[in-house]
Amino acid sequence: MKITCNGETKEITPDTTLVSFIRDMDLNPDTVVAECDGSIIKRDEYDTLILSEGNVLELIRFVGGG
Amino acid sequence: MLKIADRTFRSRLFLGTGKFDSAETLKKAIEASGSEMITVALRRVDLNDPADDIMNVLDRTKYLFLPNTSGARDAKEAVRLARLARAAGSGDWLKLEVTPDPRTLLPDPIETLKATEELVKDGFIVLPYINADPVLALRLQDAGAAAVMPLGAPIGTNLGMITRFQVEIIIDQARVPVVVDAGLGAPSDAALAMEIGADAVLVNTAISIAGDPVKMAAAFAQAVEAGRAAYEAGLGKKSSEASASSPLTGLDFIKD
Repeated sequence: MKITCNGETKEITPDTTLVSFIRDMDLNPDTVVAECDGSIIKRDEYDTLILSEGNVLELIRFVGGG
Repeated sequence: MLKIADRTFRSRLFLGTGKFDSAETLKKAIEASGSEMITVALRRVDLNDPADDIMNVLDRTKYLFLPNTSGARDAKEAVRLARLARAAGSGDWLKLEVTPDPRTLLPDPIETLKATEELVKDGFIVLPYINADPVLALRLQDAGAAAVMPLGAPIGTNLGMITRFQVEIIIDQARVPVVVDAGLGAPSDAALAMEIGADAVLVNTAISIAGDPVKMAAAFAQAVEAGRAAYEAGLGKKSSEASASSPLTGLDFIKD
């Protein structure tokens, strides 16, 4: 099934959790904030949140800035 | 020591982390600056460059992270970024930045006040970036801002303290700390801001784009200390007339 992550379409298998998706993207779940369909997901929910068809995911993190 | 909200700071130099050419230079510049508060921005992850993670080089236990809301064009966008920053584990501290015009990057005072009111209610420790407007500074203080951050000059311009007169009024009136932010281009600009009584300065571009950013970070640290010491010592009054430093008496012997 398909979700949208940071504007890109991504194919995932059913029952993929948010934390496993983040790791599949080679990202560290502890330094990434996730917004799913416009709602911020708390870090302790990454392990239990199962992604579903059509979810719009935003993965955000700190970058250098003034 | 400087106190903002419930935190004390030995260093009165805050450092922005943007535009450094490498993570290693950034890390060394932070150390050389002696800063205890560093700013960061929030951006969408580039999925094609997952390893580019600033958190790999920054030690959250050593510095207070001050996430900014740069990129926000109105209060709503700023509040959204603030909540994301909090979710990213940076705590409640926030540099509120609302800049609708990418050409000048000047802050929108009305949206900044609106966002401050909302974020203070939500428990954030808000440090708003503002134009050097004494009336707005008071309004933000009354709205619960933990400090105010007037600009010396527009972001990234290195033009120095072109707002000096207004910043002096802000300092004179403020009950919260005044942090001069943006536009300081040289250590002498930072020293001037401190000499007129700013509580701290925030510097990024002048350090990150310097020929030797690490050396420049140390230079700013010295300037901030010198400026603060001069403020505490009390500057002498200026005069339009000369006043001899050497005695005017005891010169009879050279006079015919």
